[in-house]
Amino acid sequence: MDILNALVAFLNFVFIPAAAYGAQLALGALGVTLIYGILRFSNFAHGDTMAFGTAVTILVTWALQAAGISLGPLPTALLALPLGIAGTAALVLLTDRAVYRFYRVQKAAPIILVMASVGVMFLMNGLTRLLIGVDEQRFADGARFVINVRDFREMTGLQEGLALKTTQALTVIVAVIVVWALFWFLNRTKSGKAMRAYSDNEDLALLSGIDPEKVVRLTWIIAAGLATIAGVLYGLDKAFKPFNYFQILLPIFAAAIVGGLGNPLGAIAGGFVVAFSEVAITYPWLKVAGYLFPGWEPGGLLQLLGTEYKFAVSFVILIVVLLFKPTGLFRGKSV
Amino acid sequence: MKKLLLATAAGALIAGAAGAEDIKMGISLGFTGPLESMAPAMRDGAKLAMKEVSDSGLLLDGSTVTAVEGDSTCADAAAATATVERLITAEGVKGIVGGMCSGETIASLENVAKPNGVVMISPSATSPALSTIEDNGLFFRTSPSDARQGQVMADIIMEKGINSVAVSYTNNDYGKGLADSFQAAFEEKGGTVTVNSAHDDGKADYSAEVAALAAAGGDALVVAGYVDQGGSGIVRAALDTGAFDTFVFPDGMVGTALVENFGTEISGSFGQNPAAEGEGRDTYLKLAEEAGYDGSGAFSAEAYDGAALMLLAMAAAGSSDPGTYKDKIMDVANEPGEKIMPGELAKALEIINGGGDVDYVGATSVELVGAGESAGVYREVSFNDAGEMEVVGYR
Repeated sequence: MDILNALVAFLNFVFIPAAAYGAQLALGALGVTLIYGILRFSNFAHGDTMAFGTAVTILVTWALQAAGISLGPLPTALLALPLGIAGTAALVLLTDRAVYRFYRVQKAAPIILVMASVGVMFLMNGLTRLLIGVDEQRFADGARFVINVRDFREMTGLQEGLALKTTQALTVIVAVIVVWALFWFLNRTKSGKAMRAYSDNEDLALLSGIDPEKVVRLTWIIAAGLATIAGVLYGLDKAFKPFNYFQILLPIFAAAIVGGLGNPLGAIAGGFVVAFSEVAITYPWLKVAGYLFPGWEPGGLLQLLGTEYKFAVSFVILIVVLLFKPTGLFRGKSV
Repeated sequence: MKKLLLATAAGALIAGAAGAEDIKMGISLGFTGPLESMAPAMRDGAKLAMKEVSDSGLLLDGSTVTAVEGDSTCADAAAATATVERLITAEGVKGIVGGMCSGETIASLENVAKPNGVVMISPSATSPALSTIEDNGLFFRTSPSDARQGQVMADIIMEKGINSVAVSYTNNDYGKGLADSFQAAFEEKGGTVTVNSAHDDGKADYSAEVAALAAAGGDALVVAGYVDQGGSGIVRAALDTGAFDTFVFPDGMVGTALVENFGTEISGSFGQNPAAEGEGRDTYLKLAEEAGYDGSGAFSAEAYDGAALMLLAMAAAGSSDPGTYKDKIMDVANEPGEKIMPGELAKALEIINGGGDVDYVGATSVELVGAGESAGVYREVSFNDAGEMEVVGYR
């Protein structure tokens, strides 16, 4: 019984939150890694692309709610998602046209593109705030829980409760579907193969008649889609606030680099590595240990780092990986 | 030449109106920030008192009172300092109702109000640090120190038969002061505080903080935070993960936003905020309703009393100079004298102008003690099964 209690406490406070957070990071890191692999620069504007996409989706969600349309137990935001993606894709295509294409034609060094993306980041930052304001928005509707604590306790008779929020379950399911669709697209379709060819060797790809502008456009559209989905899932699960999307950029980059920049599989693994380390290192293990070793009464909370240092964990992982394995766990391109 | 003559003549006319002046009063509250939902009712309270005095025409030979508002943001000490600086140097206010939060109040008092010699009466800054601050007799508050709230909260929790709690406080002067004074009081009464940890406002997700609180355990969670900020985030995460069912809410949390956010989910939880009972409060609620706002909002009555005290002290000192009237604030607030209820400011001014004494009772049974802070009557509230907030009693 005590082992079960320990397991439930672990699931409730570590596994479920970390899995949902990991899925959100993985989707964000996929976008970053895709741009890095194909357009060959680290896109610092990715966090704010997520914020912009989420803001558009929230506005459409409100319109749908006002019109009385809902998805029953699922959040209405899912219905609004396609429009959000379309809006975000239009914006990133516009920035590509106005900013990045200029440098691409000049064959500018990647660092110049990175700096340009920082400029775009600030611009999108302002745009999102103009669009929806700086305040926190909660737009999750429908059923809040798949399993809630009270029901779980009554059902199992365990002391510990387990909660699974609809948004958490949804995050993981959507992430799996999106990742599957992305890999199918990259491996099975002609356009996907063209993208991979362009990424592997630009000159050879051009010789075999691949239209580079088309590849670039497709990449941006897919990245916008991934960013919007990641942003909306993060906003549904937690809350939407433009500033938080700026902050989430660091763990996303940590995830992409840990996995190996340019490697989609690495981005997914990296997302979960970062999320689980963040949660596990700041989680106090006292309760779990109490169930597993009933006789043992440690003085502290068995917490490695205070929760204030959550972001420090991403930093440390970044530094360690860059020091010892600059190409990342899954052999991406070195930074 | 003609214009100059005209201007001089006009100037002479104005100067001739026997000492009557337009007294500007500052209102520096956090209209944006972690307590933004409380600020409008507080402003309306302060303005109501000012209007009452102004309309009576009895203050300093018929002087009028004009309110000047400023946003103190509550959380940003630099922004609050700039706001108070503007109120004092650019607008020339004679006194300020504010600030709203403790950290911001300490900063603007020390950097601006004290050097410029302007009186500040805060309706809601409750940090124990403000009791001992060196203020040249310029700072007062119509709310009690959190040292007292810590005591009251400890009593209430003990009476509910709970003797082990976890505490999460917002990471600033207010949160830390309240959490520490509560812990001291609670442990003195034999209770256990399993953990006393901070949370930062403005985060997306508080599940990590709640996991730490849950690991430490406790029968209830004391949330010494802000209802528009991390405080609600902590409660939300604690409910979602089932870490705590019972919450204790101090003054920064007790508000209508709490009921709107959580409804029946927090049934069985309880809390307290400074608010007096009795005739004064009832009268004030009626006055507020007539003026078109909700007077039961947290600290709204305290703001009314703060403004009223300053204006009555001006009348008693016969001057709107802060350096002069600051010494009269304690006199009008406390005995001896005729008791003054809200809405009776005109009567108070008449008594003062006639050379008599007043004992301002006001909306919150004002009784200033120590360095000029309210002795403190707290309202105990609880959240019933229908998800409504009901007042249990006063202590």
